[in-house]
Amino acid sequence: MSNSVGVRLDGLRRQFGNVHALDGLDLDMSPGELVVLLGPSGCGKTTALRILAGLEDADSGRIVVGGKDVANVPANRRDMGMVFQAYSLFPHLTATENVEFGLRLRRQNAATRRQRARDMLELVGIGAHADRYPQQLSGGQQQRVALARALAIQPQVLLLDEPLSALDAKVRVQLREEIRRIQLEVGTTTLFVTHDQEEALAIADRVGVMRDGRLEQIGSPEDIYRSPATSFVAEFVGLSNRLPGRVTDDVVEVLDAKLPLVDAATVHNGPVTALVRPESVDVTADPAGTGRVVAVSFLGPTARVTVALPDDAIVVAQMASARLPELPPGTAVRVILRPVPVVVSAA
Amino acid sequence: MTAPTTGTRDQVKAPTTTGVRGGRRQSWRRRWLRRDLLGVLPFFVFVAIFLFIPTLVVVIGAFAGDDGRPTLKNISALADGYIVDAFIRSITLSAVTAILGAVIGALVGYAVVTAGPDSLVRRLVTSACGVLAQFGGVTLAFAFIATIGLSGFVTVFLHDSLGIDIFAGGVWLFDLPGLVLVYTYFQIPLMVIVFLPALDGIRPQWREATESLGGSTWYYWRRVAGPLLAPAFLGSTLLLFANAFSAYATAAALVSQGSPIVPLQIRSALTSEVLLGRENLGKAMALGMVVVVALVMWLYGLLQRRTTRWLD
Amino acid sequence: MAGLRQRRARRQRILRWVVVTLLAVLFLLPLFAMLEFTTRGAGGSLSWETWRVFFDWGALDETYPILWTGMKASFWLVLLSVTLTLVLLVPTVVWVRLRLPRMRRLVEFISLLPLTIPAIVLVVGLAPVYAWVVYFVGGSSLTLTFAYAILALPFAYRAIDAGLSAIDVRTLSEAARSLGASWATVMWRVVLPNIRSAVLSAAFLTVALVLGEFTIASLLNRDNLQVAINQLGKSSAQMSVAVSLAALVLAFVLLFLLSFVGRRRYRERKTS
Repeated sequence: MSNSVGVRLDGLRRQFGNVHALDGLDLDMSPGELVVLLGPSGCGKTTALRILAGLEDADSGRIVVGGKDVANVPANRRDMGMVFQAYSLFPHLTATENVEFGLRLRRQNAATRRQRARDMLELVGIGAHADRYPQQLSGGQQQRVALARALAIQPQVLLLDEPLSALDAKVRVQLREEIRRIQLEVGTTTLFVTHDQEEALAIADRVGVMRDGRLEQIGSPEDIYRSPATSFVAEFVGLSNRLPGRVTDDVVEVLDAKLPLVDAATVHNGPVTALVRPESVDVTADPAGTGRVVAVSFLGPTARVTVALPDDAIVVAQMASARLPELPPGTAVRVILRPVPVVVSAA
Repeated sequence: MTAPTTGTRDQVKAPTTTGVRGGRRQSWRRRWLRRDLLGVLPFFVFVAIFLFIPTLVVVIGAFAGDDGRPTLKNISALADGYIVDAFIRSITLSAVTAILGAVIGALVGYAVVTAGPDSLVRRLVTSACGVLAQFGGVTLAFAFIATIGLSGFVTVFLHDSLGIDIFAGGVWLFDLPGLVLVYTYFQIPLMVIVFLPALDGIRPQWREATESLGGSTWYYWRRVAGPLLAPAFLGSTLLLFANAFSAYATAAALVSQGSPIVPLQIRSALTSEVLLGRENLGKAMALGMVVVVALVMWLYGLLQRRTTRWLD
Repeated sequence: MAGLRQRRARRQRILRWVVVTLLAVLFLLPLFAMLEFTTRGAGGSLSWETWRVFFDWGALDETYPILWTGMKASFWLVLLSVTLTLVLLVPTVVWVRLRLPRMRRLVEFISLLPLTIPAIVLVVGLAPVYAWVVYFVGGSSLTLTFAYAILALPFAYRAIDAGLSAIDVRTLSEAARSLGASWATVMWRVVLPNIRSAVLSAAFLTVALVLGEFTIASLLNRDNLQVAINQLGKSSAQMSVAVSLAALVLAFVLLFLLSFVGRRRYRERKTS
């Protein structure tokens, strides 16, 4: 159903005055893949997306889509579908007419257009509201229409610029699953930009974490989470406890535990700060323990327990919420770190 | 902590402990309402005296005869040749200058809005337009007399340097063609002011979405920006029409002989020392003006609602 | 690297400057002609005599008494009209917003009504009302204030209404009330400081309106700047044109300065 292609961004650079929005970005996307660009505000992810779309020019670098260099192709001939963060539906057209817009441009006849528009609206789950105007639709519904409109033209590449950021939390979770389902069904190569790391991990084939205009790391969600290449990635994606430790011969000693290192080759012996995931921290009630529970946080299926340690260190542990009754605030506890590889940074 | 009071549910909120001096429960509602209304009393009284009463005077006077008894004589007098002519000329003048002002003003507005909200160009242009749109016709009339009057700068220049006598066929500056020229001079700035908010309401995402879907600039204007701006454009044109139709000062300063348009007819009716009955005829003409302008403004209101729905 | 978008941006910029410059020239022409007209001396020479006399404000009393009366009247009318308009409108609009939201449509309609009733029509009906005004407060030109407040209503209302919408006055007042503030405190200490720019805008619009008003003053036989200019035009064309030009420039400077004070509409800036 799709005509998906590979995309390659080569050494993209973009400068606004003194600000380097993009500082040499290299990205390779396989056909049909969903790549998420994840990063904080100002890291360049939206700039990269807009350059790929043709809505902005890069200062230097190559953009290759389906084997062809498209740098000189204007935006309206790049055959890419784009979903914006908000406000992109044409207010004077109904949902169906919005979706038909790109088809009308391609001079499809009215009957074919209408049928395809209806199919797309069914695909994104709002066939019932096909004749409503954007003002009559909720934020989530509007974004579904925007997605249908982008897909209707069967683009080579699908681009999503933080499409869920303006929506309510519950709608966000629901809609991101839908987007993933639809993308898998249609099979279009997709670039998705977001600052929400949970979103990125949930739907991506690969996640590229960006900082200051370049990619810090790109890999599968599991790789990014379990084997972060830098402390920035370790702290941006998921929670991390920062604990003092000492490296000796490829292990780091933290809280009386000897933990393997994620990237042993690059680390020297000496004092470091270890980044430990909350779910690798075990907390057990023990009258003889040196730690003390200071706060608990009930999150539904899981819970987080904050423990104060003798030398003013604070550790957050994550566990099944069923264990909460054993650990009310004030309980003396023993803290054990599981032997999961950790990232370290300079002390 | 006292419960916060809001203005939304006046009739059903509970009394707070601050600011209420006891009182029986049943009457707190009525007392609340009365006290609140006191706040807007001065406004309503003022408006009643200086807006409603004059309007009533005009409406009643239009239907009053010399003897003070109700009559339709004034209204039927509106069908007199010279008054109908005056209305036709007023409407023509207003329509022509409205369209001219709308088209040119829209172009200027578009040029300005591409500069961004805080640019110097925009500030300069909107300030200038604010002045020129609002400023009395007397000042502008004199400006034009100084420019293309009989001894005006441009007249003299054209005559001395290029041998062209622009008044060869008669001095048109002080007649309808002159009014068209001068009116356009303040219609264009008014259009810029009135149309700019609509132009601001065009979101950049619409253009980008059109491009990513494959549309050209022409397609964008034909299918997206054009239809979206059309109600605002029409509405603004109507506003310009009403503005020109109501204008008095410019014409009063320029035209000293005759009363080609309705406002000047009203002037002659008011200042005429001949017959008392003329005064009521003036009121009838005023009523006629109000009917025309009210109709135009009502249409404008309808178009505005469409505009705000799409472009806010 | 292709600069497709930079090329389009540049084209737009050129178009912008061409259009604005072209129209600026056309629009400045009459103003320039006014300046030229006022500097015509005997025998085609350049003479600043008219301006010298104009700026000699002390002596204007004798040289151009009509003008002096008109200028004085307009000066006071500006002060009085701005005060009356603001005192009448600001509390009312804020009060309606906070306490009588059902009246909002009504107040809005009334405030915008003067747009539909042309000055020339209003003055026809004002004549008998002003007969009473003369009876109570005399026949000075300053009584035009009442009519001017009406004329200023639509513009002042829109400015203040926009200012109130921009600050979400409902939430602010609820927050203040929950902290224990009385309504007076809310108005004075919470709302007013936050709509300063809107009030200023309303004031300046009223100033421009009063300085430019001719119709009502003329037909009610009172003095103001524009009436004086018009009368002067018959006897001393150069001086009347000079005054007109000065008034235009003054109003422009005022509005230009105002544009820096105003609160700008918040536009979302794209990041990353």
